[in-house]
Amino acid sequence: MTAEAPSRRHSSVPFWRNVRVLRLAVQIVIVSAIALLALWLWNNLTAGMARSNLTFGLDFLDRRAGFDIGETLIPYTPSDSYGRALAAGLLNTLLISIVGIVLATLLGILTGVARLSRNWLVNKIAAGYVEVMRNTPLLVQLVLIWTVLVNMPTVHNSVALPGEIYLNQRGLYLPRPIADAGLGGWLLLLAVVIGAIVVVGFISGRRAEAGHRPWPVARIGLVALAVAAVGGWLLLRPVAFDVPVLERFNFVGGVVLSTQFTALLFGLVIYTAAFIGEVVRGGIQAVRRGQVEAAYAIGLTPGQTLRLIVFPQALRIIVPPLTSQYLNLAKNSSLAIAIGFPDLFSVSRTMMNQTGQAVAVIVLVMGIYLAISLFTSLLMNIYNRRVQVLER
Amino acid sequence: MTAERLPPPSTAVGPLAWLRANLFGSPASTLLTLIMTVIVVAGGLLIADWAINHARWGVVTNNLKLFLVGLYPFEELWRVWVALLVLSVLTGYSAGAFGGAPSRTLSNWLAAGQATLALLALVSAMSMTTVVALGANAAVVWLTFMLGLRLGAPRRLLTFTWIGAVIAIFYLLQGARGTPLELVPTNLWGGLLLTFMLAIVGIVASFPLGVLLALGRRSDMRAVSLVCTVFIEVVRGVPLITILFMARIVLPLFLPGDLRIEDVYRAMAGLTLFSAAYVAENVRGGLQAIPSGQVEAAQAVGLNPIQTTLYIVLPQALRAVIPANVGLFISLLKDTTLVYIVALLELLGIGRAVLAQAQWFGAHVEVYVFISVLFFVMCYTMSQASYRLEAQMGVGKR
Repeated sequence: MTAEAPSRRHSSVPFWRNVRVLRLAVQIVIVSAIALLALWLWNNLTAGMARSNLTFGLDFLDRRAGFDIGETLIPYTPSDSYGRALAAGLLNTLLISIVGIVLATLLGILTGVARLSRNWLVNKIAAGYVEVMRNTPLLVQLVLIWTVLVNMPTVHNSVALPGEIYLNQRGLYLPRPIADAGLGGWLLLLAVVIGAIVVVGFISGRRAEAGHRPWPVARIGLVALAVAAVGGWLLLRPVAFDVPVLERFNFVGGVVLSTQFTALLFGLVIYTAAFIGEVVRGGIQAVRRGQVEAAYAIGLTPGQTLRLIVFPQALRIIVPPLTSQYLNLAKNSSLAIAIGFPDLFSVSRTMMNQTGQAVAVIVLVMGIYLAISLFTSLLMNIYNRRVQVLER
Repeated sequence: MTAERLPPPSTAVGPLAWLRANLFGSPASTLLTLIMTVIVVAGGLLIADWAINHARWGVVTNNLKLFLVGLYPFEELWRVWVALLVLSVLTGYSAGAFGGAPSRTLSNWLAAGQATLALLALVSAMSMTTVVALGANAAVVWLTFMLGLRLGAPRRLLTFTWIGAVIAIFYLLQGARGTPLELVPTNLWGGLLLTFMLAIVGIVASFPLGVLLALGRRSDMRAVSLVCTVFIEVVRGVPLITILFMARIVLPLFLPGDLRIEDVYRAMAGLTLFSAAYVAENVRGGLQAIPSGQVEAAQAVGLNPIQTTLYIVLPQALRAVIPANVGLFISLLKDTTLVYIVALLELLGIGRAVLAQAQWFGAHVEVYVFISVLFFVMCYTMSQASYRLEAQMGVGKR
């Protein structure tokens, strides 16, 4: 009897109360509603475009662009195609994102460490910096920095910064390194020293495993490397600098970073670094106190504790939120349009105006940003998998 | 015989010891302290010199009305003040009824913020009505907070009152043709008013949408889960500005020619969709944190899936993600500045419009600093309230 009861009840469930049928029905309704909405929108779009004699498509990419782009990494003239203009914008976006991520990471780590400093003043300055950055809009910061840079003195009254760097209303002028004859020798010297340190470190590790006292490889190695690098630099002169020199109308030589680029890079870096600083601080603080105490108890030095115990564990906590900060920086670079830096989005804005293909252009641009985001996530996920502990 | 009690050595306690421990602990620390002191003092003096001797703050005080409400007509300004009063009463009372340190922080700051604006209006020679309205509102927040603390109120009643109030505020601000309150088109809204409306509508509307998306993403119905996942990931993968452009330029192309939606509403829609994807991810985190025993227990007492979700899972999940959503609201508030790029006159947009006046040519830094300070006060307040909330709820404690 007990075996029969469930099956009889099951057969008596009417189809409108059968969970499987209901689920299927809900899904069919949702999918068809979305399909109908899409169809309606598409019809409106094609009807609207037909009225202005446009057809939806990407063939406009081959047509002549006819507008100039202020700065590009690839050769570009107004007679090039829209496709090439888009590529130039994309490269600018990638350039600012990559340089920005590297600099923001460095400044962010510095900020995070400063937030953990036992020095009260350093700690509070870092805290103040983080709060100001996190609680004001990036766009306002960007236009503020842009305004300040544009109102820099004229070329002839440039602000001279240490290291032959000049700042004026046209941008930032930096010395450009040029490889000299000694470069190969200098790099070889560094490679030999680093190789020697690795070998000695390996032997020292083996000795430590065998129960001998390890040699202070890291400390002596660093000193040796510094001596080799500085000494070799002075003796071999591996790099010459093409220094910007003020001539009659402008600086000649060196590298010029345009005001737009400088403002955008600076703004993105100091904004993102504040967030990265908090990520780093949170990660280090999340490592349990007992871990450090245990490390001291088995006789590790503070340096070793940091390197072998705290960092590996902190890294696991840091990597996922760090990834989203990198993604934010790449996406925020689209604010370039507010200060006139020709990134992917501002180039596409011009294209929307000129071609009338607003829908195609914006879908294309969103697709590219999405691809950048997914690719960055992928890289960081691979890295994340490597730093995670394998459990189970 | 008692041992003589000596005071602790001055190197261990007291201000001198504090200095030693925190500023001059080691040679490196001492050097760092000295360098930082020089930088801070020099920087502070430079900024103070600029702010006192060179800055033309007239650009703010002479245009304060623009910064507060944009082009909203003068004779209808009372509607803004009444709307603000409704908001103040409700915020104060709810904060009081809710109780606790975070609510206290929030209402204190709301009162202080309005009082500061009232002072600013006073020195800017704005009409006395403005000054009194803002000042009275500050007092009202404080009074209703006390009242709420005494009387309390059922949560559900408060929720419905809030929903009603939001609708009432919308009608007050916008009005409608042929009704007692004449129409004030949304393109006249601006400044702080527009910034607030964008942020509040964005967060209020994106919350239910985000919860639905999160539930949908975790649903075991394949089609539903796929649709929600794609939406969330696409929105999170593109910059907000592309979505605002979509709403501004592309959306009208997708609609039939005779259907026009106002710019402000389209920007609100863009912000809402953007924010919903992030709310969804927050809520999903909360959903995942619910132990599966809760769901099993609910099934064991005979609740159906919908009841389980509504009465067991969601209340716990949403509680857990309140601090994260406050963080989201802060970023949404900051992100409203982006609508300036699609030509709306929120704080930054109105600032640019003010700078276009020949009289205030070149006073950029003053305007941007003023806007930054406004945002800083609003966002910092909320983040402090959120920290307290987190501490109170014991989130993140191990």
